[in-house]
Amino acid sequence: MDNYNFPDQNGHFGPYGGTFVAETLIEALDELKEMYNQFKDDKEFLNEFHHDLKHFVGRPSPIYFAERLTHKIGGAKIYFKREDLNHTGAHKVNNTVGQALLAKKMGKPRVIAETGAGQHGVATATIAARLGLECVVYMGAEDVKRQSPNVYRMKLLGAKVVPVESGSKTLKDALNEALRDWVTNVSNTFYIIGTVAGPHPYPMMVRDFNSVVGKEAIGQMDELEGKQPDAVIACVGGGSNAMGIFYPYIPYKETRLIGVEAAGHGIETGKHAAPLTANSPVGVLHGNRTYMMQNEEGQIIETHSVSAGLDYPGVGPEHSWLKDTGRAEYVAVNDDEALAAFHNLCKTEGIIPALETSHAIAYAEKLAKELPKDKTILVNLSGRGDKDINTVANIAGIKI
Amino acid sequence: MSRISKIFSLLKSNNKKALIPFITAGDPSVEMTKKILHQLVDSGADMIELGIPFSDPMADGPVIQRASERALANNVGIRKTFEIAKEFRNTDQDTPLILMGYANPIEAIGFDEFLRLCKEADVDGIITVDYPPEESKEYVDKLKENDIDTIFLLAPTTEKERIQQIIKQATGFLYYVSLKGVTGAQNIDIDQVKHRVAEIKSLTDLPVGVGFGVRDPETAKAVASFSDSIVIGSRIIQEIEKSNENNMLENISKIIKSIREVI
Repeated sequence: MDNYNFPDQNGHFGPYGGTFVAETLIEALDELKEMYNQFKDDKEFLNEFHHDLKHFVGRPSPIYFAERLTHKIGGAKIYFKREDLNHTGAHKVNNTVGQALLAKKMGKPRVIAETGAGQHGVATATIAARLGLECVVYMGAEDVKRQSPNVYRMKLLGAKVVPVESGSKTLKDALNEALRDWVTNVSNTFYIIGTVAGPHPYPMMVRDFNSVVGKEAIGQMDELEGKQPDAVIACVGGGSNAMGIFYPYIPYKETRLIGVEAAGHGIETGKHAAPLTANSPVGVLHGNRTYMMQNEEGQIIETHSVSAGLDYPGVGPEHSWLKDTGRAEYVAVNDDEALAAFHNLCKTEGIIPALETSHAIAYAEKLAKELPKDKTILVNLSGRGDKDINTVANIAGIKI
Repeated sequence: MSRISKIFSLLKSNNKKALIPFITAGDPSVEMTKKILHQLVDSGADMIELGIPFSDPMADGPVIQRASERALANNVGIRKTFEIAKEFRNTDQDTPLILMGYANPIEAIGFDEFLRLCKEADVDGIITVDYPPEESKEYVDKLKENDIDTIFLLAPTTEKERIQQIIKQATGFLYYVSLKGVTGAQNIDIDQVKHRVAEIKSLTDLPVGVGFGVRDPETAKAVASFSDSIVIGSRIIQEIEKSNENNMLENISKIIKSIREVI
């Protein structure tokens, strides 16, 4: 792990990742690879990217010591990397700013995106409005129903939201439909994928744009504690916020990296979204090879999680590789534990976290309890929970 | 010589073009698929492409997606597809059968098991939509060792250098995707397709089939004038959707015959 330099030039993270797409997409991916390679170290491009991160997104996001939570639990010190304070309320915007800027450089007037809970859709619609790009967001018809405030948000921002009626009508189907759109409109369209999945170069590119989170954290922890945390914890659906904070920490061997998946009703029930923790078979979906929830004949199965953003049957291929190499550990937290952590954080710290993020918080609470007081834990507080208040109220039987 | 190559050379000597219909295994039911396969041959199909149902067919348009969903609802997956193929082969030893599907069901049962089933059902060719050559060397080699043709897609956007690479891996025929889009789309540009097919044919002796946008005899005739084969899928599946069990075979037959007559 000293000279970690994945992926290889064909987008492989060990046996994972790659480019598993129909021939119709190869040329578009080659073009994207070439342009990304050209711009990723380009000074002017990076200046524009960081300018927008600072002035439009509000970076750097602070690191906050959760003093009352730490005392309540009585173990290791818990810190939060406050991605919830970004414009649009989550880490997702780091990536959309980067990709939209690339779209602009490539002269593509139209961007498309897939979205589950709607956070990535909102982040894409936001930056599309900022840059004057046409924006179409694909969203599973089920998710359109469940997440109506975000659907309206996207429309306010000028995006067209297309409900996807095929398959399970959720995030994975939205991704399929966005790929179909891209194949059809490849000459004028840039596909902004929202997580560290998809064919190469997406897992690498989305990680790189989000790694601003980990890079900032390393400097900030040094200032605050004079040392790096003993553990960095992040929730994992596709895994973009986790890769964003993990990646710069990979060489810091003393820091444990812990990804928290959604155990839904419980791993043993099969109703979950935790392919790494459940040791699901390895398969090929959405252009890459990775651990994936599927039946014996390779059909992708429906996932379950209280948080729509973690409701994805696969996981970014780099996480599969970090699991196999042992550099990162993966655990799962169920719906009830995540909801308890959600309520606890609201009352203890005055922060309403996203339900996705609540999974990471729940595990941080468990781990903090086991560790002595001189240890530190850094949680990527990847998003705020305003979008989830209807879901939480429904579960509590409250009508708002 | 493989069954596929034999048919192409036979057709060539008769100045005819290969008609390759596509249907999805298990749509609308296992029993009907078996009947439709024979009906296709009786109506003039030269080879058949049989789709392996998959939950996430990302290169397919809405019509073939729905076919996959109906098949999956009938519990038809990769193993049932092979049962159907095997039964077809028992009663038809001449018509080449090509399986078309996505990588994941193949990987889920494993390459070795997949090969065993291909041999058992005497399948002639495989199209794996999301296995570009650079990700499938080992798999393609194994298929070739077992005398199963490996058919690759070429897209309107595929550059010359890449076409040359793909040709090295391809056997049987090349499948040219006639438009930028998914199966069943409707914006085929005949002149552009003609130009591209000529370019491909200048690089290889392999036959070139055209699919993804062929919906009617008129288009089929135009495309057949410069290619070696027509693949027609969504149009047939639409007929399956519109028909009932009593008139389905007849309706499909009409379409196949109308195209057979002109190519």
